[in-house]
Amino acid sequence: MSVQRDPAQKPDYTEVGRSVEKVDGLALACGQPVYTADMKPPGMLYARVLRSRYAHARIKHIDGSKALALPGVKAVLTHHDVPRIVHTTAGQGFPEPSPYDTFVLDNKVRFVGDRVAAVAAETREAAAEALKHIEVEYEQLEPIFDAEAALEPGAPVIHDEPEAHIPIPVPYDPTRNLVAQVEFEVGDVEKAFADADIVRGARYTTPYAQHVPLEPHVCMTWFDDNGRLVIRTSTQVPFHARRIVAQALDFPLRKIRVIKPRVGGGFGTKQEVLLEQLCASLTLKTGRPVLFEYSRAEEWISGRVRHPQALTLKTAVNKDGGIQGILLKTVMNTGAYGSHGLTVVCNTGSKTLPLYRWPNMKFDAQTAYTNLPVGGAYRGYGATQGAFAMECQMDELAEACGLDPVEFRLRHIIKNGESSPVFKALGEGKPGVEQVITSTELETCLKVGAEASGWYEKRGKPGDGPIKRGIGLAALMQGSSIPHIDMAAASIKMNEDGSFNLHVGATDLGTGSDTVLAQIAAEVLQIPTDYVIVYSSDTDITPFDVGAYASSTTYLSGQAVRDAALDVRGQVLDRAAMMLGVHASTLRVQGLSVVGAGGKELSFSDVCLHAMYEDEQVQIAAHASKISHTSPPPFAAHYAEVEVDTELGSVKVVNYVAAVDCGQAINPKLAEGQTEGAVLNGISYTLCEEYIFNARGRMWNDDFNYYKIFTTRDYPDIKTILVESHDPTGPFGAKSVSEININGPMPAISNAIYDAIGVRMRDAPFTAEKVLAALKEKQSQSE
Amino acid sequence: MKLNLTLNGEARTLDAQPGEMLLELLRRNNCWSVKNGCQDGNCGTCVVQVNGEAVNACLMMAGQVQGAEILTCEGIGNPRAPHPIQSHFVTAAAVQCGYCTPGLIMSTKALLDRVSAPSDVEIKEALDGNLCRCTGYVKIMDAVHGAIEELSGQEATT
Repeated sequence: MSVQRDPAQKPDYTEVGRSVEKVDGLALACGQPVYTADMKPPGMLYARVLRSRYAHARIKHIDGSKALALPGVKAVLTHHDVPRIVHTTAGQGFPEPSPYDTFVLDNKVRFVGDRVAAVAAETREAAAEALKHIEVEYEQLEPIFDAEAALEPGAPVIHDEPEAHIPIPVPYDPTRNLVAQVEFEVGDVEKAFADADIVRGARYTTPYAQHVPLEPHVCMTWFDDNGRLVIRTSTQVPFHARRIVAQALDFPLRKIRVIKPRVGGGFGTKQEVLLEQLCASLTLKTGRPVLFEYSRAEEWISGRVRHPQALTLKTAVNKDGGIQGILLKTVMNTGAYGSHGLTVVCNTGSKTLPLYRWPNMKFDAQTAYTNLPVGGAYRGYGATQGAFAMECQMDELAEACGLDPVEFRLRHIIKNGESSPVFKALGEGKPGVEQVITSTELETCLKVGAEASGWYEKRGKPGDGPIKRGIGLAALMQGSSIPHIDMAAASIKMNEDGSFNLHVGATDLGTGSDTVLAQIAAEVLQIPTDYVIVYSSDTDITPFDVGAYASSTTYLSGQAVRDAALDVRGQVLDRAAMMLGVHASTLRVQGLSVVGAGGKELSFSDVCLHAMYEDEQVQIAAHASKISHTSPPPFAAHYAEVEVDTELGSVKVVNYVAAVDCGQAINPKLAEGQTEGAVLNGISYTLCEEYIFNARGRMWNDDFNYYKIFTTRDYPDIKTILVESHDPTGPFGAKSVSEININGPMPAISNAIYDAIGVRMRDAPFTAEKVLAALKEKQSQSE
Repeated sequence: MKLNLTLNGEARTLDAQPGEMLLELLRRNNCWSVKNGCQDGNCGTCVVQVNGEAVNACLMMAGQVQGAEILTCEGIGNPRAPHPIQSHFVTAAAVQCGYCTPGLIMSTKALLDRVSAPSDVEIKEALDGNLCRCTGYVKIMDAVHGAIEELSGQEATT
């Protein structure tokens, strides 16, 4: 459902705001061969990787000759066979705000699952057999698994290679396992703590967790007829993939083409250039097509994860409910490599602290290397971890002041026209950009969410039986693109039937962005969306776009599409004016035609035919680039209702309401789908998802039996309410929607558990064991 | 090993490799809708119908399908002539990345072949083995309800 804006203020859109069907929907539903691995070029080889059994070891000796001698084995690569070029796998803009600490293959392994060697063979079986015949002699080194301990003096140094550095001027000290350090202070928090009536504090931890796209990472490489390297890959960042592969292999960028076919889910994990370098190395070595697919277990162990954090919050409030100061400290674990280790932790502050008008704020964050699996981008991108701590703390503060948590938040949320010093202080690897809030309906979200969830009726009524009920909430913000960093471009050209080809570098990874961008172009041109034929993400054909991350596609790529469509619309009108002998300003587009005063009308088809074949011929086409100057936050209010079984400790979410202000929803059903998917992923993450490591740092639960994600039997009633706003900077008023909603479940459920059983859950996931233990502790304290 | 079977309505003789699973046999024979999401029967992206029943192709040996009738997602419809379940997955916006979709559609079809008007509990049980990370399942339930209405001859209402 949606809460509409005042009809008087609402523009009359024809294509925008309509739930048109996904442009690729039928191809996907009919099982067409559209994903990376759904083809087999002649002569294709299968890649496999030998992975480290040790969390920290030096490779003293490695020999692949016996493996290479096996039938069907065509290549064995060790660190001796690939260029030693330090780079990052983080698919970010150049220069990347992530440390250069990775080699295609190295003489050192830094976590269980790290790469040791790669093979390519005629069959999967031959490739698997070859791995057993690679001889490796390791010198085991002391591992370290705890991020806070890794920052202590004397801890084992994980990146002792001289090449490790970060290509931007920020703190980075691998000799101390320090990947990032970010601090800022506004006002004087210590004074605020000293002066305030009430000071609260708590420590919160979030676990290792995984994106679990149903399609694991996969890449296919081959040489085309001209000897250029083609990389067909399941990626969110095709242009970064081209740049980073060229860098890591010292191979000419002009000889690389990256094609992004349909992607089977990403959620951030494919904002990483992880397989492409190695797969390409095997093609370079053999001259043959190579398919490199991660197994499900590899996806967990050697893919990317959500960076775990240990957050400490201290807050000050006066008895009347006035918020005085906040200190947010966090230590983040990036695992063995520093991918996104700086920018994720920046977001922990920058996407949470501006939500409320704190007069005094301090943020103190560090990221550390450990010998565990590697962090990466994951939907929410640090805001998820920060929102957990912040929104639980807000619940405690409301209680301390005797205020209703909804009312307490309503008093302090940032309003339209207001700014926050955090926007300026915290960017992504560099100072941020000042901005004011140009659209927010968070107040409405909080109110309609409270009403839809039955907040006032249900709050504080746990019931008498062993199963207690509770309701909790969280208020949220995210961003829409990274200001002054992200860039998107679009090209559009006209065809004889009045249709248009739209080429975008923007990367649809299943989100529906191709459809949304087609709708934006269609709205500008006043044509049906199916007259826009979208082709996305092929570095040879489409213009540049940073890719699908930072909640940027609808907002920023959408602006590029809008501008290209406006340009091409102008050309259509100019041509029609020439044909009709009138001034273009007297004409407008409407329903695949150009219409003017006095019943003048020309079909788009007539206009294009004239331009192509009749007179002063020209291809009607346009191109536009857009950078973001601001990052308008979407806002949301989430309400979770839970049942807690006090005998078993189990927590069940029974109702969930997400009221979301994403600006103008370009495609409401797709926006709802983004919300529902993010919410369920968040609930699953909150209640049952975590990595379990053995004492040697190996993830033990690397299959779906032991790393459970929610299924049709588990999901609760999820109600999405799109609360419309209109952001003046976004295309047709749109902001982002993809990430924000994963941030709500953890705090909302924690707060709901407290409402049900009076226990604060601060260490996720909230498994039955932890809930029971917390209940027992509470009982023992009260006795 | 030579296998005589019916694949998507066509009598075929396929050559199975020793130890090969049905998943690989089907992909080798251009049934690319059958996905490899986990290879241990937990994700459901490889679900096909074997003699009408929904099975995980990654758990069935190729040798077990001698004489069987096999139906995959590309066998029940195509973008020019989609099966009603396929159409409803699209109209309900139950398709996001689409990787789980063929398996979900085949599990739905196996259910609806068996029970024309299943309850929500029956639907959730039948689809419990098909993981989806994109949708939160809400729109998938909408799609199944839409398909049930159409297939049972009622006018679909939206």
